[in-house]
Amino acid sequence: MSWRRFLKRRWWDDERAREIAAYLETETADNIARGMPPAEAAAAARRKFGNPGLVREEIYRMNTIGWLESTWQDLRYGMRTLRLSPGFAAVAIVSLALGIGANTAIFQLLDAIRLRSLPVQNPRELAEMKIVGGNQGMGLNQQYGELTRPLWELIRDKHQAFSGTFAWSANQRCIGRGSEMRHFNQLLVSGEFFRVLGVQPFRGRLLGPRDEGACPASAAVASYAYWQSELGGRDLSSGIKLFADNSLVQIVGITPPEFFGMAVGDSFDLALPLCQPKDGLRRDIFEVSVMGRLKPGWTIERASAAMAVLSPGIFEATVPPGRDPRTDRMYKHFRLAAYPASTGVSGARETYDESLWLLLAITGLVLLIACANLANLMLARASARGREIAVRLALGASRGRLLRQLLAESGLLAGIGCGLGIALSQTLCRLLLWSVSPEGQPVELRIVTDWRVLLYASAAAVLSCVIFGALPALRASNSSPATAMKAGGRGMTAGRERFSLQRAMVIAQISVSLLLLVGALLFVRSFRNLLLFSPGMRESGITSAFLGYWQSNQPPDRWMAFERELLTEIQNTPGVLSAATTTNVPLSGGSWQHGIHAGDKEGLSKFTWVSPDYFATMGIPVIRGRGLTQNDTSTSQRVAVVNEMLARRMFNGADPIGKTLRTAPEPNYPSTIYEVVGVIPDTKYDDIQGEMPPQTLAPASQFPAQGPWASVMIRSNLPPDALIAVIKRKLARNHPDVVTEFRDFQRGIRDGLMAERMMATVSGFFGLLAALLAMVGLYGVISFLVARRRNEIGIRLALGAERGQVVAMVMREAARLLAIGVVTGVALSLLAGRGAGSLLFGLRPYDPLTLVTAALLLALIAAVASFLPARRASKLNPMVALRDE
Amino acid sequence: MGKKPAQTDILQGTLDMLILQLLAPGAAHGHTIAYAIERRSEEVLLVEHGSLYPALHRLEDRGWIASFWGTSENNRKARYYRLTPSGRKQLSVEMSRWERVVRAVNQVLRPAEE
Repeated sequence: MSWRRFLKRRWWDDERAREIAAYLETETADNIARGMPPAEAAAAARRKFGNPGLVREEIYRMNTIGWLESTWQDLRYGMRTLRLSPGFAAVAIVSLALGIGANTAIFQLLDAIRLRSLPVQNPRELAEMKIVGGNQGMGLNQQYGELTRPLWELIRDKHQAFSGTFAWSANQRCIGRGSEMRHFNQLLVSGEFFRVLGVQPFRGRLLGPRDEGACPASAAVASYAYWQSELGGRDLSSGIKLFADNSLVQIVGITPPEFFGMAVGDSFDLALPLCQPKDGLRRDIFEVSVMGRLKPGWTIERASAAMAVLSPGIFEATVPPGRDPRTDRMYKHFRLAAYPASTGVSGARETYDESLWLLLAITGLVLLIACANLANLMLARASARGREIAVRLALGASRGRLLRQLLAESGLLAGIGCGLGIALSQTLCRLLLWSVSPEGQPVELRIVTDWRVLLYASAAAVLSCVIFGALPALRASNSSPATAMKAGGRGMTAGRERFSLQRAMVIAQISVSLLLLVGALLFVRSFRNLLLFSPGMRESGITSAFLGYWQSNQPPDRWMAFERELLTEIQNTPGVLSAATTTNVPLSGGSWQHGIHAGDKEGLSKFTWVSPDYFATMGIPVIRGRGLTQNDTSTSQRVAVVNEMLARRMFNGADPIGKTLRTAPEPNYPSTIYEVVGVIPDTKYDDIQGEMPPQTLAPASQFPAQGPWASVMIRSNLPPDALIAVIKRKLARNHPDVVTEFRDFQRGIRDGLMAERMMATVSGFFGLLAALLAMVGLYGVISFLVARRRNEIGIRLALGAERGQVVAMVMREAARLLAIGVVTGVALSLLAGRGAGSLLFGLRPYDPLTLVTAALLLALIAAVASFLPARRASKLNPMVALRDE
Repeated sequence: MGKKPAQTDILQGTLDMLILQLLAPGAAHGHTIAYAIERRSEEVLLVEHGSLYPALHRLEDRGWIASFWGTSENNRKARYYRLTPSGRKQLSVEMSRWERVVRAVNQVLRPAEE
């Protein structure tokens, strides 16, 4: 085949047409010259030449490429037929675009947090070292912190499996002084971090081994985004110095724009070296993630085996101090192993992974319903075109050619739907991300339409095209021309088997949309349960404040007193009803726990040290004994208020007042004996979704590990913004060195429900969409059946059937479809419920109320969808219906 | 179609050769060529003049002849064809092949002669 010829085929056709005209002219003129009359001369010339059309066609065929030409013809024909029914085309394209767009959006998110590799050199060679089974909650645990720094240094010095290793850790720190203070996301890295990852500087240099030294660090590297937004993209040679975390650092380089650190879904602002603190490394803080690049020829398994051999020596040498012998023994038996780390680590992955897979399933089902709908519409169109197809077949069109023509139309729809869907998925993706991002803490993901996303979208389009296009096309092209021509609308009633496919489609639609409706209702009700659930304390009218005074030169022995002064100032601010300090803001994700002993029982309890007004501020009643008072001082008897759960677990439900609790020793927290003086009801602790753990609340004045900071819970009847402004102004005036940060307590709780809110909104939306699509599908099929039975209904009416009987007859048909659909739908829901159980709060997946509600909702929708065509059937004028034939 | 398939299939190459041969002395347009072939082949090769044109198109596409619009003897616009150098080469190739075939066929039909 020749493209040159193909592209010039029209030009050649024109040329040849002119040439043929020239021949005919010459021949006619010659004939006239020979003495023929003009009309006869022209006819004789044409006889001499033969059929000009055939000649042109033969030449045209020489120039063209057969399949290309006919495909193009099919597409143009498809386009014309679609333009003839714009309503059908619009419904088809919109439902496909929504289905494919939603699917692609969810897939894109999954791709970003789960499938895509880190933007570093050969990410497949990266492995992370972790303790097999985790550290069983001992010591202090930071996010992404798997090992302690002493462990990291031993691994660094002893490993054999890696060509290079590094450690990193991520946290939030402050930049600037006093009221100027802002937070930044800090990435702490060991010397080899950037070299092993193979990250090249965008500007300046990146951190290296020479930056590792005594604290505080003096050099830092900024991320590209931070450099652009906060540092104004300034030239580094002018020397950018920042007051980060209480010491001055110079920005020595910028990382490339695509590098976001090691945690997918988070981003970092500044990277600083892991420096050596003056008082040595702590063996009980699990703060670093240790990774390495495997040597050529080494596998994860071989590296794990090597690490297992090293483990006993490494753990033996790093036992955290001040623990009981049993914990020490457990620690010494820990074993290290290597895990693949090519996709980095991610908190977002753990939070949203399950939800995203479920959403992918939901959107997949919606696409399926949309396809079933389209298949029905196509079937209806195909049977409306039955005669046309029969004529084509009779005239000698091959089945293959006919099939291709019918498929071209659905291919066109799928293609347009896919294109729009990909465009739509970008917006949907951003909308989803925005909906799960708490204010001021956006979830940062690089959303790229890469080959995987495009492949997925096209696969979805091809699959849907096959589902909704191929079946009807196959069916239409298989009809025998003779019967089709004979039958052509002349049948009195509709044959049963001919529509069984359409019935099956509608049943499938109804059952799948019931499943989606059940899912939507479950998630919406679960979210509502969470919103309405009382955590056992006051939520509204509470503002939490974080006060940091490490820049204000207070000596450590004055910290507790200074904290009390700050609290008093807040309490005396107009509009403040009450205020109390706490070492842990409840329902904010933080957790603080110690091992405890009561008599011969031992267990775990959450510990919080609070000032006396805490219970009043948070609205937690003291149901037995007393609360904490000003008389509980640093020198008086150690006392504690416990919750009922602790009383049940540690004292077998007996009255715990006057009994004692002993804590297990930990660094900075020596073993202490507390006398229980009060009992409070159970409350939620770190989040709403979790359980109610045993809790101990002790007086702030007896806190053994006071630092230069405090959290204050403030109750007020002022709007939060006004209250925050007043307190901020007062503190800035009196203590310009104190760093402050405020947060509305209730909004903080709501922010913790982002994943649930997303599930409720998205599944609710798709549940309704599915129901709507099912309604359209049912309406279409019932209308179609009514149209096919026009004659029958006409005869019935002519013979005296009541209009009500006709309505009932049509609705019975719909009811039968609905009943089968609902039964299969309920079965499907019960099967699928198992997958969703862990995402639900306060209900079981087999919630009968939800099932019944969904079924009723669907029945209502089905009634509306079938009543309209049924009424139209009953309004039929029998004379017109019968004469029509 | 008006042309007889069996006839043209066999004589296709012959028609091509004839066209090339006719154009050897100088350029000519379709009408002239058609009459020339009709005369020379006693209407065996060209029943309808129209069937000449696909052959012309094929030869032009292969680069053996080239065409241009000119003015005919009685002042009409017409498309003229002329032989290209590669067409001249092709003509001699086809002539010698033709002669070989004719000789071979003759020897089969009349072995006794000579």
